[in-house]
Amino acid sequence: MRETRAAYLFLLPALIFFVGFIIVPMIMCLVTSFFNYTMTDFTFVGFGNYIEMFQDPIFIRALKNTVLIVIVAVPVVTIFSLWVSAAIYPLHAASRSFFRCVFYLPVVTGTVAVAVVWKWMFNKYTGLFNYVLNAAGVIDENISWLGDERFAIWCIILILFTTSIGQPIVLYVAALGNVDNSIVEAAQVDGATNFQTFWRIKWPSIMPTTLYILVITTINSFQCYALIQLLTSGGPNHSTDTIMYYIYYEAFKLYRYGYGNAMGVFLAIVIAVFSAIQFKVTKAGSVD
Amino acid sequence: MKKKRALALLLTGVMAFSMAACGSQQETSNSGTNTQTETSAPAETAAETAAGTEAAAGTDLSADITMWTYPIGSFGDEETVNGFIASFNEVYPNISVSVEYLDYTSGDDQVTAAIEAGTTPDIIMEGPERLVSNWGAKGKMLDLSDLWDDEALADISATSEAVVSACQSTEGVFYEYPLCMTTHCMAINYEMFEAADALQYINEDRTWTTENFEKALQALKDAGVAQENGIVYCGGQGGDQGTRALAMNLYNAEFTNADHTQWTMNSEAGVKGLQQLVDWTQEGLLSYDAGAQASDELQLFSNGTVAMTFCWNASNEAQYASVVGFTPYPVAFPSESGTPELCGGIYGFGIFDNGDEAKAEAAKAFIEFICDDAVQGPLSVSSTGFFPVRASFGNVYAGTEDEARMEVFASFGPYLGDYYNVTGGWAEQRTAWWNMLQQIFGGEDVQTAADAYVETCNAATAAAAN
Amino acid sequence: MEKTKKKAGKLSIYKVVTVIILVVLAFLFIFPVYWIVTGSFKDAMTINAAKPQWFPLNPTMINYEKLFGNPALRWLFNSVAIAVIAMGLTCLTASMAGYALAKKRFVGQTILFSIFICAMALPKQVVLVPLLKEMSFLNLHDTIWAVILPTVGWPFGIFLMKQFSETIPTEMLEAVRIDGAGEVQTFLTIVLPIVKPGIGALAIFTFISTWNDYFLQLIMLNSQSTLTISLGIAKLQAEMSNDFGLIMAGAALGAIPIIAIFLMFQKYFTQGITMGAVKG
Repeated sequence: MRETRAAYLFLLPALIFFVGFIIVPMIMCLVTSFFNYTMTDFTFVGFGNYIEMFQDPIFIRALKNTVLIVIVAVPVVTIFSLWVSAAIYPLHAASRSFFRCVFYLPVVTGTVAVAVVWKWMFNKYTGLFNYVLNAAGVIDENISWLGDERFAIWCIILILFTTSIGQPIVLYVAALGNVDNSIVEAAQVDGATNFQTFWRIKWPSIMPTTLYILVITTINSFQCYALIQLLTSGGPNHSTDTIMYYIYYEAFKLYRYGYGNAMGVFLAIVIAVFSAIQFKVTKAGSVD
Repeated sequence: MKKKRALALLLTGVMAFSMAACGSQQETSNSGTNTQTETSAPAETAAETAAGTEAAAGTDLSADITMWTYPIGSFGDEETVNGFIASFNEVYPNISVSVEYLDYTSGDDQVTAAIEAGTTPDIIMEGPERLVSNWGAKGKMLDLSDLWDDEALADISATSEAVVSACQSTEGVFYEYPLCMTTHCMAINYEMFEAADALQYINEDRTWTTENFEKALQALKDAGVAQENGIVYCGGQGGDQGTRALAMNLYNAEFTNADHTQWTMNSEAGVKGLQQLVDWTQEGLLSYDAGAQASDELQLFSNGTVAMTFCWNASNEAQYASVVGFTPYPVAFPSESGTPELCGGIYGFGIFDNGDEAKAEAAKAFIEFICDDAVQGPLSVSSTGFFPVRASFGNVYAGTEDEARMEVFASFGPYLGDYYNVTGGWAEQRTAWWNMLQQIFGGEDVQTAADAYVETCNAATAAAAN
Repeated sequence: MEKTKKKAGKLSIYKVVTVIILVVLAFLFIFPVYWIVTGSFKDAMTINAAKPQWFPLNPTMINYEKLFGNPALRWLFNSVAIAVIAMGLTCLTASMAGYALAKKRFVGQTILFSIFICAMALPKQVVLVPLLKEMSFLNLHDTIWAVILPTVGWPFGIFLMKQFSETIPTEMLEAVRIDGAGEVQTFLTIVLPIVKPGIGALAIFTFISTWNDYFLQLIMLNSQSTLTISLGIAKLQAEMSNDFGLIMAGAALGAIPIIAIFLMFQKYFTQGITMGAVKG
């Protein structure tokens, strides 16, 4: 009992902030999602917002886009960061640290700064991409990268990718450093190839890191918002609308807070489900 | 010796004055008492020296008020606005005004957040996007009918009845008090048109027909003077009036019905205009860019990549005057009949209902001073780079270096069309409009896209009416 | 470690190719930053030319002059203030909570930890409207606290510090308890020194993520005196003009200090984040 009291005293400051600024608004969000809650109205509508959501073609479109971003960005970020980490891990400490910093650079540059410079590089007339691709003969007509339904979302994914792999690389490099080298060497003495040692020995021991990376990348990708707002406003033709952006649009442009909150609750559930699946799959994988 | 002392006094006075000016700009509302004592000092001296009749009337009002303003010409520059506040404080020494400057990118969201948080300013100076009446309809704004006295009503009606109705909600309540207005037009690169021998297609009075517009596009293309003739930007955000006016006027379509309850761009004329734009882009006479916003298009116009811009007005011309290396030549939008219907922009003030009588009175006094004062009013108007809504102000640019430039824009005044921006569901309409443009240029059937657009807008209008 | 390094000395085609790819990629990652910095020194003509100028041949300060016509330093100061305060509070509360979760046995422990984990999956922005109401109720809207407090409430730090505190040897804690040390003393003298790298990592992480939290700042802050550099840069994109040079100057002002801080402290960051998250 004494320990419980002591424990809660240590937890108290964190709990005050957590309950006050996460749990309370979360509950308010959940409750108001059952209301037609606007600037002037606050009436109970039951599951009305949730039903409307699935009849709203723009929401469906946003959901599809969001899922596309997640299913592309998460595996690519994870695999790519693992490859980079494996590649830079054996290098000298200085070059390892150099590469680690380089890949972390877009994270520390700041979302807004990154977004505006890419916006310029993607510009149809004054952007670098069109100039370079034209000069290289890849294209013969300038492309409006962010204004073309075929490319816009991939541009967003590309930028998201550059801002997402910094942390996973840091984590993977660290995880590889924690692999028990005596086992690796023993395996090599037994004639295992590099590939085999990687899959049989290193991979299982970096599994927890992988799980962690999967989860944070999933959460980040689901929440892709600032890039959309700064670069495409969801266009062209809703091809870059994401749920986060649509929530923002409904709440702050059309003042439909209840509807926005319902979508928020739905998004939270989707993220939770995705994370749970990742836990399951990776747990099963590491037993294997 | 005497001279020196006088000089010292003068200097002290100037310093006190400038400090007060600084004070009122830096202090936020919660430390208002401070500001108030500072501002009262120079105001007393002002009242002493120039004890006008107005000054005596105003001095008893006392409050700290805040104003948020969008950038409207140089009404949005700290220096200009502080100058106005200083003049205001000569008359109302006990009202301190602090100002926050919004931008078009995030301003709307910040106001929405402030409404939800209950931290709205007292006064808002808004761009022409009908937000004030929107908030008014939601009960967030004060009725400004006491500002709209008979004199104001008559004076403003004399300019255009459209201005009066634009400031009214659908129930006829005045939530906005206007300062200035403009007609949005387009502009061409004079030298490029000259080189392509395309100036012949523009009438003396700067109007042109759709037929001649097409000939001009063809001439420009044949001459190859610009990388693109013009770009129909559809990347969202502002400047939508340009694309609307372009599509509407080509075949003289109506944007809404007369009583502003239905959207009508899916009419035969509307669809024909939109289809024409699509056809021109396919023929290479025009280009479109769903990744470009009005600001991008203006940038390309200003550095000579394109031969025309669809987003022009007096204020833009003033802003770009120093950076362009050619002559931007304002023209009306081309129309089938030759008589265009231009979109207007009306800019003015609203007062948020913050439940404080004294502040509301002070806010009204401020708006009245800025808009109606015989000396200040024209100054306020000319700072925006637009035209007065009050007929009695006459030509506020007479005798200034802007006179000739503004005369051109004034000549578009008679073409000011129906102010359909008052239609409910305006915010949804804007988003839907961009989206429709993106669809039709992306290959969607024009009639289908226009029908879907109208359906979305009508639903929003119906919802707004409830 | 030594072994691996020696192996790296051996050249193989695979390694050469890998290094080449890495260098190319590194170039792609550095380039946007390079483009921001050089762009900020170009005049409008150069910026808007179809043919890019790889290096500013006629560097100009005009963009910075325009930038400092805005209260850009105030923006920067606000960003720093928000990030530093959030960082300090997060480190303090999270290290205490993390220690309790890892090393104490108490009623409700499992449930509490599960709630923390679940809350991490929640998109922060979802609670924005209620948070706005709450801040207005507390009279904190449009103050830097409206951004700081929700940031501190975010449970990631607790999670990280719990992972860290697992590394504290339990015998050590018992030993000092037998010696009669109080809870506070134990925390200060035993726990803190051990979890210090974790705090370092959390500090940098919180600093960066707070700096980048554009959405929260957008909604919570609106007056000149509270605007941050992220909002400031977004503000520079005007409706009727698109001055990339000016925007790049703003971006450079926002990015360079934080890049510098990161480079200075990156050792702690990588060390810390490593030990914490990896133990999963």
